[in-house]
Amino acid sequence: MELLKKLEILTDAAKYDVACTSSGVDRAGEPGKLGSAVAAGICHSFSADGRCISLLKVLMSNACVYNCAYCVNRRENEGRRASFTPEELCSLTMNFYRRNYIEGLFLSSAVVKSPDHTCGLMLRALQKLREDEGFRGYIHVKAIPGADPVLVERLGLYADRMSVNIELPSQKSLGLLAPEKTKETILAPMGQICQGIQENASDLARYKKAPRFVPAGQSTQMIVGASPETDRQILLLTEGLYRRYRLKRVFFSAYMPVVNHRNLPAKDTPPPLLREHRLYQADWLLRFYGFQAKEILEEEQPDFNPLLDPKCNWAVNHMEHFPVEVNRAPYEMLLRVPGIGVKSAQRIVQARRYTALDQMALKRLGVVLKRARFFLTCKGKSLSPLQTDNPLVIAGAIGEGRVFQQGLSGGEQLSLFAPQKEDKVKCLTGQI
Amino acid sequence: MSYRTNIVYRYDGSFQGFLCCVFQCFAQKELPCAIEPWDASQETLFPVRTVETVLEEAERVARSIPKKMSPEAYELVRTVFLSCLEEKEQKLLRFLLMGYRLGPKAVKMTSEETVHVLHKAALHLANEAHLLLGFLRFSDFGGFLAAEISPKNNVLPKIAPHFCGRFSGENFLIWDKTHKLGFIHQKTGEYRFFEADKIELPEPDETELAYRELWREFYETIAIEGRKNPKLRRTHMPMRYWPEMTEFQQEPY
Repeated sequence: MELLKKLEILTDAAKYDVACTSSGVDRAGEPGKLGSAVAAGICHSFSADGRCISLLKVLMSNACVYNCAYCVNRRENEGRRASFTPEELCSLTMNFYRRNYIEGLFLSSAVVKSPDHTCGLMLRALQKLREDEGFRGYIHVKAIPGADPVLVERLGLYADRMSVNIELPSQKSLGLLAPEKTKETILAPMGQICQGIQENASDLARYKKAPRFVPAGQSTQMIVGASPETDRQILLLTEGLYRRYRLKRVFFSAYMPVVNHRNLPAKDTPPPLLREHRLYQADWLLRFYGFQAKEILEEEQPDFNPLLDPKCNWAVNHMEHFPVEVNRAPYEMLLRVPGIGVKSAQRIVQARRYTALDQMALKRLGVVLKRARFFLTCKGKSLSPLQTDNPLVIAGAIGEGRVFQQGLSGGEQLSLFAPQKEDKVKCLTGQI
Repeated sequence: MSYRTNIVYRYDGSFQGFLCCVFQCFAQKELPCAIEPWDASQETLFPVRTVETVLEEAERVARSIPKKMSPEAYELVRTVFLSCLEEKEQKLLRFLLMGYRLGPKAVKMTSEETVHVLHKAALHLANEAHLLLGFLRFSDFGGFLAAEISPKNNVLPKIAPHFCGRFSGENFLIWDKTHKLGFIHQKTGEYRFFEADKIELPEPDETELAYRELWREFYETIAIEGRKNPKLRRTHMPMRYWPEMTEFQQEPY
């Protein structure tokens, strides 16, 4: 098969994988060798759906022996099948990298024959890339659940980041939709990688030249909207994964109906993009803002508010903490104010050492006053334009009206005196 | 002390030249109402002082900034000088005068307008430089890589080290169309900046065209149809970068 065709098929099959980050590891270039890595990650392009393209995201093969209901590559799905040879993949990566198209390779695969066989194929490709070509760019590789731990370990020594997809947020859904996968087979490699990274850290502390195992950490992803879990369940699971397995990232993927199946939403269901967005917002709150999952979503209200982002939602429900004084509040409290992010909170802390801050100064420091003003005082003076701190009023003032309108698109403006058909005729004949 | 303010400075457009302008301010007890490079200057009714670039003077000023303020302040001044901030010379001068008075804390007073504009300009430059690390596209002309960019800020000095490290075993050239500045790196490790009005690149060969085609195929395929979001794409990747990117170019057949 022609390379162009193969690339098309295997990209098409890989595009539902969410992670495309190239962050987490700093590796300087080496004279004569190709490649380096930057801790912040570099996006090389953005596709028509607005997602970042940083890595050459392809499958090794899409000829899968499994039959997961939500997946395009399932055994029973009729479609074109293709596989890369390690040589093809290697030359494609090197040539794309040289032209600065990509930051590295994201290699995943359908399960060909058996997990071990698949792992072996991927291992050969990575070995060629790292050892024969001396490639020093970023490599993200998927661990195949059920593969031999020895193979996973060897993959980890070539890759920068590894990931195991937990696919669905609960064991029950997994049993329903992906009968060949179990919670145990998924969590086993995750635990192994986590342990490997920790052992490697202590090795590196002792031996400078110790080979680095998954230096950029591991991530995972789950599908949202294919199964009936609440947002609160998903968020608690996410928090658990961060704690238990020290993951760098948990990705969420709004379920895009690709196949008809009795256990899945109908094929014309739109993907729950807003829900995915809210989950990512909450994910940031967990990782950078010192929030806990149970604070963000309480038991009585287990789903996200479509009109308010999770932070605003928390703030309007906890008006007892507000307003806070910009010039005196601790950093942790500043972080909890809607409209103040990590950067602006840091800037506030730095700037207020030299001068007392007022509203103009806050604006210059990058605070989004549109939201923050309801929760702040500057030099003891409230910035709020409202006379009240009624949570409902504030929620109305900072809510995302646009989201609401999107839900109603296609509808017409309601009116108490909606024109009737006769009225329109009267208009034309001049009776009105 | 009274300053004379109705005067325009003209200098050669280099960083050293600008430092000499700062030197002249103190030497002549003047606060110019404008500082302009020779090649971009406008007609003016004010008297003009042409500032010669004297390296000793420039070095004296360059030494004084980290000493009187902080190394961070010097770095900020150098970075902002590369940015596309309007009347940057004037704004930098204002910051320096403030810095000589206040010392090391000047650079940290980010809520102050004088300092804020500089930080904002530096951030704009840093952001553009970071984007171009990804958006820049090389073409292979038989063992020689070449790329063209047209950034708003003069980012080439900021991004060149990254590419030197990454493509250390390659001969490559980056050409900044807006600032008419180029950068050449050779396999042997030698590199230099050069100024030129125009450069001409050869026609791409077949392998190059094939890889461009592969990349375009990948780019088209990776997007998920049901999630199309052109506005989001434009936010992350402003359209002004598109003309130089392979995925948006069509080969003439």
